[in-house]
Amino acid sequence: MPRATTDARLLIQSLSRAYAATPTNLKIIDVYVFFALATALIQVAYMGLVGTFPFNSFLSGVLSCIGTAVLAVCLRIQVNKDNKEFKDLPQERAFADFVLCNMVLHLVIMNFLG
Amino acid sequence: MAEPQSPTAVRGGGLRNTIGGVLCAFALLLIGVLAFSIRLFSVIKYESVIHEFDPYFNYRVTQFLSKNVIYEFWNWFDDRTWYPLGRVIGGTVYPGLPLTAGTIWWFINSLNIPLSVETLCVFTAPIFSTNASWVTYLLTKELKGPGAGLMAATILAMVPSYISRSVAGSYDNEAVAIFALIFTFYLYVKTLNTGSLFYATLNALAYFYMVCSWGGYTFIINVIPMHVLLCIVTGCYSSRLYIAYAPLVVLGTLLAALVPVVGFNAVLTSEHFASFLVFIILHVVALIYYIKGLVTPRLFKVAMTFVITVGLCMLYLPKLRSTFMSRVHIINLHFKVRLMLVLAPAASILSGIALSEAFKFHCVSAAAERYSAPSIVVTSRSHEGFYTFDDFREAYAWLRHNTEVDDKVASWWDYGYQTAAMANRTVIVDNNTWNNTHIATVGIAMSSSEKAAWEIFNSLDVKYVLVVFGGFVGYPIGDDINKFPWMVRIGGGVFPHIKEADYLRDGNYRVDAHGTPTMLKCLMYKLSYYRFVETDGKGFDRVFTTHHWMVRIYKLKPQKNRVRGKLKPKLKSSSKTSSMRKVGGKKNPWQ
Repeated sequence: MPRATTDARLLIQSLSRAYAATPTNLKIIDVYVFFALATALIQVAYMGLVGTFPFNSFLSGVLSCIGTAVLAVCLRIQVNKDNKEFKDLPQERAFADFVLCNMVLHLVIMNFLG
Repeated sequence: MAEPQSPTAVRGGGLRNTIGGVLCAFALLLIGVLAFSIRLFSVIKYESVIHEFDPYFNYRVTQFLSKNVIYEFWNWFDDRTWYPLGRVIGGTVYPGLPLTAGTIWWFINSLNIPLSVETLCVFTAPIFSTNASWVTYLLTKELKGPGAGLMAATILAMVPSYISRSVAGSYDNEAVAIFALIFTFYLYVKTLNTGSLFYATLNALAYFYMVCSWGGYTFIINVIPMHVLLCIVTGCYSSRLYIAYAPLVVLGTLLAALVPVVGFNAVLTSEHFASFLVFIILHVVALIYYIKGLVTPRLFKVAMTFVITVGLCMLYLPKLRSTFMSRVHIINLHFKVRLMLVLAPAASILSGIALSEAFKFHCVSAAAERYSAPSIVVTSRSHEGFYTFDDFREAYAWLRHNTEVDDKVASWWDYGYQTAAMANRTVIVDNNTWNNTHIATVGIAMSSSEKAAWEIFNSLDVKYVLVVFGGFVGYPIGDDINKFPWMVRIGGGVFPHIKEADYLRDGNYRVDAHGTPTMLKCLMYKLSYYRFVETDGKGFDRVFTTHHWMVRIYKLKPQKNRVRGKLKPKLKSSSKTSSMRKVGGKKNPWQ
């Protein structure tokens, strides 16, 4: 239906325009998230090829990618100036929390990697 | 009744806040003392001793930890139980409790305070009940305020269902697990209220401690997703919800998989699927809110119709639907009676008003009377006063001092942990009950005639057989004759030649003269009533009976070397040389 296609095109245009307006620091975090998720997908595809053994290494690898993505999203939420809930939170504190949580995550990953 | 928060007037508020804070801290200290002391009745009434059965296993594990390094603990294969199978302890035990007590023991001993492992094990539960009441205060303060917090902490310190599992001497997983449970929930609520990733990290670590401590950790990993779902459905989604839940799922799953007893179950079993499902739902909702913030309302509607169409198509693809439906387990269906105690903190927090005199009296009397029996020591009240029966420890001590270190002791599985811990002898079956066939083997031995039983026990290298007999003193809790129907049923379930009907006279088990011949000839009957009704044992030597006849220990008679004058081969020969000579090399299957 022509109306649906024009609507879809309008939607995509609107989305890309709004996204282009986001600040650079948030876009950097978005690239990081995308990179982490892409790594996770590559690992899953590789697992599909060679099988799940050793399973703990597979879990460790995929969950580390998903974990860093999730933590980066949390950082993005806290650093976003449009987010009124976190306007009192200093950016350094947000980043420090992000680093701490990542350290715990990677300590666990390295332990579980085998 | 929650006291109202301090008034917001700045001038007098500062001093009032300080005094309030000091009073609050003092109240908390008193609550801690209350929680600790109300659990000490059994130590006062009896002695500082570990209770029941499972705590003896935990005590043995803690002893091992105190003598060996942590790597030996993870790789510990125990050959002194479930002989000859053994048990992989490192991979089948929840390590939180022994590690906690072991760490405290090591720390205290490094300060040169000479507390024994046993003392520490006995008092671990009261110490952690104190901690639990303090974190209850913290949790309720987050939810309502300091007044309600103090009330909830007091109630938790006294509520009987919690006391029952955490008296001094009840050295079981729940002792530390309840503290870990409340602490994890407190940190979750704190993260939700503050939106701080720091508290989210702490939340995941507290959840890790909970997974280490108790199988009931699945309660957390199902309740928190339900709460998140509720928040989403009622329109309370916020970015703080994402920060509270998403890192917990990822970090929590990884940490749970680190604990050997959980391992890959953290991602493969249905108890965890609710958390993954809600994780996905949360991300979808977060994305929806993000797009809503980016585009105009009309285009947002377009986007939503598109998403919903795609979703419905996927749902109706048969393969995807079957995988989805077979994985939907939102509510954890395994509820044991003991899990009622998990509701105790919630009940305490909700009923902040119940602090009446009747409630206080009820709690203290319940703690003193009903929940403080160590069950290893049995008491009765006579006109002279308290009389204690310490037969179990008498028997274990006898075993410890009068048998060789490598002798195997057979008994019904109830006494396995206690025998292994206190008598320090290898047992055949214990309370872990992981191998039904092995238990059935002991069951049929107890149900068979003496000769058959001798063969079975000899094949297991058993040297001593232990039975519990209550006929002399009217032992109330249940001796082995009381448990005998289960030996018959479990044995008969695996070995069909044991039929329960053979032991029943008119549908009842009779141990008097009207008992069936099978019943009167079976080993359990003979060992229980030896010299009680003047029967004599052929294959078993009575070596010890405790003071009140409650525990009776028998030794297997060794095989005879020679059988004089027998030329015919015997089916149940007690002499292996004669059978091999006569029957021309027929191999005894048990050798």
